[in-house]
Amino acid sequence: MRASPNVESTPPEPMPDTAGSMAGNTVAGSGGTLTRVIGLALAWGLAGSLVFLSLSRIQAIPGMRRVSVDYYLAVATLVAVVVGTAWWTVRTLRRPVGQRPRHGDSQWSIAGRHFKKNRLAMAGLAVMILLYVITLITPLIAPFDPAEQGNIILSRYLPPSGEHLMGTDKFGRDIFSRVLYGARISLTIGFIAVAISITLGTLIGAFAGYFGGIVDGILMRFTDMMLSFPRLVLLIVVIALFEPNIYLVVIVLGLTGWMGTARLVRGEVLSLREREFVQAARALGMGDWRIIFRHVIPNTMAPVIVSATLGIGQTILTEASLSFLGLGVQPPTPSWGNMVSDGRDALINAWWIATFPGIAIVITVVAFNLLGDGLRDALDPRLRT
Amino acid sequence: MIGYLAKRILGAIPLLLGILTIIFFIIHLAPGDPTARFVSPNVSPQVIEQMRRNLGLDQPLHIQYVKWLWSFIRGDFGYSFGQMRPINEILPEVLWNTVQLTFVSLVVIFAVGMLIGIVQAVRQYSIADNVLTFVALFFYSMPSFWFALMLILIFSLKANQSGWFFQFPASGMTDVGYEFMGTGEKIMDRIRHLVLPATALGIGSAAGVARYMRGSMLEVIHQDFIRTARAKGLSERTVVFKHALRNALIPIITLLGLYLPFLLSGAVLVETIFGWPGMGRAIVDAILQRDYPMVMATSFVIAAIVVMGNLLSDVLYAVVDPRIRTE
Repeated sequence: MRASPNVESTPPEPMPDTAGSMAGNTVAGSGGTLTRVIGLALAWGLAGSLVFLSLSRIQAIPGMRRVSVDYYLAVATLVAVVVGTAWWTVRTLRRPVGQRPRHGDSQWSIAGRHFKKNRLAMAGLAVMILLYVITLITPLIAPFDPAEQGNIILSRYLPPSGEHLMGTDKFGRDIFSRVLYGARISLTIGFIAVAISITLGTLIGAFAGYFGGIVDGILMRFTDMMLSFPRLVLLIVVIALFEPNIYLVVIVLGLTGWMGTARLVRGEVLSLREREFVQAARALGMGDWRIIFRHVIPNTMAPVIVSATLGIGQTILTEASLSFLGLGVQPPTPSWGNMVSDGRDALINAWWIATFPGIAIVITVVAFNLLGDGLRDALDPRLRT
Repeated sequence: MIGYLAKRILGAIPLLLGILTIIFFIIHLAPGDPTARFVSPNVSPQVIEQMRRNLGLDQPLHIQYVKWLWSFIRGDFGYSFGQMRPINEILPEVLWNTVQLTFVSLVVIFAVGMLIGIVQAVRQYSIADNVLTFVALFFYSMPSFWFALMLILIFSLKANQSGWFFQFPASGMTDVGYEFMGTGEKIMDRIRHLVLPATALGIGSAAGVARYMRGSMLEVIHQDFIRTARAKGLSERTVVFKHALRNALIPIITLLGLYLPFLLSGAVLVETIFGWPGMGRAIVDAILQRDYPMVMATSFVIAAIVVMGNLLSDVLYAVVDPRIRTE
């Protein structure tokens, strides 16, 4: 066996090659409420992120005031949460004792049952959903405006207290509010960048694996080349040379994170390509494109979802590192990375400035990693215990 | 083996050239210019123009590329615009500083990671296993720059304020008066300065290694030859450390090379925070100053280290596992 140059700028994850283990049944039309919920959650995260990213543009449209969009969204979310909880309670109470809903036996519903047993993974899911809710209702729960500068003499460097839960920074801004608003930025960047890299990685991997030969050679050599350079250094090279802004950061993060997915998908596709259902599709006279998009790619989705979930955590970390270096989100927009960077100057006198945003990063990334690990254990039959 | 090595090294050359070419064009096409920091009302445009001509920036891009390539092939990295020194002189200094840092943290990573992984595997599903799994995940998910700041806050600033027995310097490589120390003192001084950066750099990867080690050890520990070893009446210590560990180490050894790019990425942040004059800081400074030759040189070194790391991990794999050698 010749181990190929398998390099990532993130530490290599114990990601067993799942080729062949979950192929063979198509995704469409199978049950598995829980896995579906997670899929929906990821999709909604992406949708919400896109809304936030374009929020400043939408608000620039004349006739729409800044406050209103935020507040409508927050109130709508609050209502949705209350209604959802009520509905869930009613449903749970109505269900007859001792009678469990019948499970289908598709790949996804089996995975769902395994996932539910994993308490740590469920905790990760709960934290993720909580994060969603918090980011959406931030305008209602944040006690201060994140950009509001307090009295420079009286309210700067205040330690955590009842009024300022996490203290204030050198401009007298409330850290707690800024951490809440920073969650939006971090999650937004995480979701959109991962969506870009997952799409790109899946396409490149699928084309390389399906067509083989020279296409495979070129695409995979390109992948190797991208992998032979540490991601953070590449990001710094690109971002430092241009004007750093949030759009550039998202796009560049997305364009430098696809290599792992491409390899994963290629491995899957190599085995899928020879399966009977692909041969059948070919015998029916379907074109290559239709086979790739309708038959091959849907079957590679299980490991891709896992790597997307883990990727969001990693991307949030990377974005924070970039912002810390001053190459990510620019002040005054609060992002967890640049808040830690702010706190660095006043570490002795005001430890709270750097500490709390860091804790927020850790909690978020732990949640996504728990969720990803749980999904992987649930989706790979060989890891089920 | 030698043929295989030669093939791999030859295969790495286009890889390196490719990434360097991409970086060359990115940095040259980006707005900004090394002379930009001299632009001021006091400096006449003719002087700036002359500067650009001296640095060879007035020529068309493809000419610059060929020139760079030619001197690069001859092993000459050129002249740093930022430090006004030949890069071949700067590079060994910064490289040596980074090597010290990464080597110490590699030792930390593998010592700590493997130990934790073994404990977890031997006591699978115990409370210790669960706690360690969660702690490992916690450190694995932690941003290294934040952890570095927390280390400085606690072990340097607070330790100093409350006069603890152990205090570590918050930044730099040497204490004041390093020049006048004896050899032993110099080494102690360097070690004191290395503790915090090496920990900050290594802790996340150590958590990763622990996860790997646990999995690999669990796979081995349920095999028949372990049961045989136990049945022979060997002590648990011999079974775990001689029979199981040797086999579980095979996949771990390959990680040694694969962690290099991760460490180099981390070094950028950690060196910036701790004021460690190594490769990571050199490349960031070079990019911010638009010091093109320096960016190219440091990029080359980093990419080469990564490729070598890959090669190292493949070779180590073959050395450790006799089943692979037959190929």
